[in-house]
Amino acid sequence: MTLSHDPHLDNKEFILSARNLSREVDGKLLVDNISLDVRTGSIIAIVGPSGAGKSSFLRLLNRLDEPTQGTVFLDGQDYRTLPPTALRRRVGMLMQAPYLFAGTVAQNIRFGPQQQGKTLSTKDIEDLLDKVGLAGFSERDINNLSGGEAQRVSLARTLANKPQVLLLDEPTSALDEASKRDVETLVAEIVAQDALTCLLVTHDVGQAKRLAGHVMVMKSGHQTAVGPVKEVLGA
Amino acid sequence: MLNQIFDNLLLLGLAQAAAATVLALIVVLFSRFERIHLERETLVALARGFVQVIAVGSVLLLLLKGPTWTSIFVLAAMVVAAATISARRTPGIPGAFRVSLQGIGLGAGLVISSMTLLGVIEAEITALVPVGSMIIAAAMRGNALALERFRAEVTAHTGQIEAALALGADPNTTVRTYVQTAIQASLIPSIDSLRSLGIVWIPGMMSGMILSGSDPIYAAIYQFVIIAMIFAATGLTAVPSVLMIRTWIFTPAQQLRLRPSDTSD
Repeated sequence: MTLSHDPHLDNKEFILSARNLSREVDGKLLVDNISLDVRTGSIIAIVGPSGAGKSSFLRLLNRLDEPTQGTVFLDGQDYRTLPPTALRRRVGMLMQAPYLFAGTVAQNIRFGPQQQGKTLSTKDIEDLLDKVGLAGFSERDINNLSGGEAQRVSLARTLANKPQVLLLDEPTSALDEASKRDVETLVAEIVAQDALTCLLVTHDVGQAKRLAGHVMVMKSGHQTAVGPVKEVLGA
Repeated sequence: MLNQIFDNLLLLGLAQAAAATVLALIVVLFSRFERIHLERETLVALARGFVQVIAVGSVLLLLLKGPTWTSIFVLAAMVVAAATISARRTPGIPGAFRVSLQGIGLGAGLVISSMTLLGVIEAEITALVPVGSMIIAAAMRGNALALERFRAEVTAHTGQIEAALALGADPNTTVRTYVQTAIQASLIPSIDSLRSLGIVWIPGMMSGMILSGSDPIYAAIYQFVIIAMIFAATGLTAVPSVLMIRTWIFTPAQQLRLRPSDTSD
């Protein structure tokens, strides 16, 4: 990961490059001029206190919010030139809450591919559920899931789109300690298995140390430190 | 009894208004006895209602003597007023006035013009203005109900909508359920009116026609016509309004504009 210089946009080493990203809402700078290059296959944690702008920064990366300045390059291509639907399939996001749609687990998992006119087979769904440790859950109603199970379904639903980059916005913050560790382990396994590039927003420094190779620290919308986890956060 | 005392129609009307007001004041007295303080509010509402309706009556008196084409301007002014009132009900929605104006104009306009062309509404100012006002008022209620319900559904389901957007869904797909709910909600009062017509209530138009000596069967059929037109105007307003507002709540980059508040973390 490198900073403060032009990204090697033709270099496939960096899958995602944020350039001078800012977002201002009602005169308040939520994200202030952040640049970040993300290597393919790396896990970067974004840490900082509440109100630091971590989630706001993450939402700019899949264009759920519009930057007021700067842009993002995905595989060397300015993301403003991509249709938002295509961009968001390639840059998947797991939110703080699962936000499942009414219906069954299988209906939720089919949703993403359906938007591209694809239908997942029963086997595809079972494989995804197996991957998130929920084998046999496909016909279960989402109202009959625990918090941890719902977040796993949400992860499977995101993975069904086969994203290149996975954005994780405090995915364990709403879970109890046991479920939190389970989901954390699961994310680590899946990211390693699928060689996914991953940006993880967390306020839990321990979690950042356990999961990420690199870290970016934010405070009041600014990037205050960036580098390998051991150098920035200590052992 | 009052009509035996008063020969003059205006004096008779004032005496009848006074009699009805006495009944309303009894409610105020009873409320006061139960320590429900509605005195000022009720008295102001009674006075305001009386002055407003007399003012409207006076304007109508002048208008109804005018040529038929003036009814177009009267109805257009009513559509603008209806859009203003409707938009006030949905302050959180960008462009609510423009959408309401177009929706009510389209829904009420289509019903009034087609029914006038077919001769269902007489092409006389005495028919066009009162019947048209009923249709515009219904379109306004339907529009406000639909937009308010849509706003409430979207702000209550921001997470689901953004989760769907994050999965690569196009904006229309993400709010399809809420569009359906909003349109249904706007039509329910009109459907209930049709269902209960004649059983639970005998509407004002029919009562008025019977009181003025019309054949009760024709008055009943015409009342059905009015309620059916109201239903049509409601639907023809709510559907385009909600579909228009659906495009307004997303940016060109398919980001949700309508959110309870922006996240700062």
